[in-house]
Amino acid sequence: MNQWNNFSKGFFKENAVFTLLLGMCPTLGVTSSAINGLGMGLATTFVLVMSNIAVALVKDFIPDKVRIPAFVVIIASFVTVVELTMQAYVPSLYDSLGLFIPLIVVNCIVLGRAESFASKNNVGSSAIDGLGMGLGFAMALTILGTIREFLGSGKAFGLSIFPEDYGMIIFVLAPGAFIALGYLIAIINKTKKTA
Amino acid sequence: MEYILIIISAIFVNNIVLSQFLGICPFLGVSKKISTGMGMAGAVTFVMVVATIFTYLVQKLLLAPFELGYLQTISFILVIAALVQMVEIILKKVSPPLYQALGVFLPLITTNCTILGVAIMTIQKDFNLVEAVVFAASTAIGFGLAVVTFAGIREQLDLLDIPKGMRGTPIALIVAGLLAMAFMGFAGIVK
Repeated sequence: MNQWNNFSKGFFKENAVFTLLLGMCPTLGVTSSAINGLGMGLATTFVLVMSNIAVALVKDFIPDKVRIPAFVVIIASFVTVVELTMQAYVPSLYDSLGLFIPLIVVNCIVLGRAESFASKNNVGSSAIDGLGMGLGFAMALTILGTIREFLGSGKAFGLSIFPEDYGMIIFVLAPGAFIALGYLIAIINKTKKTA
Repeated sequence: MEYILIIISAIFVNNIVLSQFLGICPFLGVSKKISTGMGMAGAVTFVMVVATIFTYLVQKLLLAPFELGYLQTISFILVIAALVQMVEIILKKVSPPLYQALGVFLPLITTNCTILGVAIMTIQKDFNLVEAVVFAASTAIGFGLAVVTFAGIREQLDLLDIPKGMRGTPIALIVAGLLAMAFMGFAGIVK
């Protein structure tokens, strides 16, 4: 597989959120604003790239039977790195993402890529796969975050576009997350079929 | 009284799936039929209570006294993974019928974020052990309530004529949104 395909598949063909439906909890939970979505996406990208590299490096030394627990420990270490770094340098983002940062450990995308890609491929392609998948995830979260923030409070990335009073507050709250993502996936399905 | 507040808050007001967005994967994954939804809910309840007790003890007896708070994520996920494996083995030996009912769901639970989420929340909220157990059990019941209700609606959805692009996941998500809206009605009962 050439490396460009390997990188770009994460954006459209195998986009984790829109087509594989993995990692739904952070997708819905943190996208109440565009900036939160982007922050979460980048944090996950970092964990994905690093854990893919680490798994690709040690895959030959890990017995097959304890593969999954070993991967989980690798992932959890990188999540801890992200958690402590964010707490130190971007405390406000750390506060608004809250519980969802430690929960990157159980994000099925990360374990899924380690198991299905990094454990079978070399370090270079694993890193590129992780980067593509992670950025595709970040893109999906940012899109959803922007839509919800725009409909809910009339802002995009914190910039006011129309007065907040006209916003549909429901889109910032829980039900809006489900509904916005539902329609987004429906639109994507529709365009895919006609294309 | 305190316990009643915890129970109502965890089941209805702060429902783990519909207002906290944890456990969405199993929520969408196993909710095609009421019976599978029930199975998953049972397995989650069982593991969540046991896991919360163990992670609570790990936190209070190991991490807190030795100031190893930064190891929380790693140690909790390891405890949960080991526990799920152990529960599976014990159930297989002790109660084959229960294993038959819950068996297929157990491996999925390790990556179910509700378990780790509740374990961490218990520590954040500074509950004592009894409160933690009550909180875990009622959160699991809330999860079960959401999954079973949702499965019931989805069974009916199969009979409807839905526009092509909306079939499958999109309509399921919108239904979940409406369900979440219904649960928002409970907001404000307890803080």
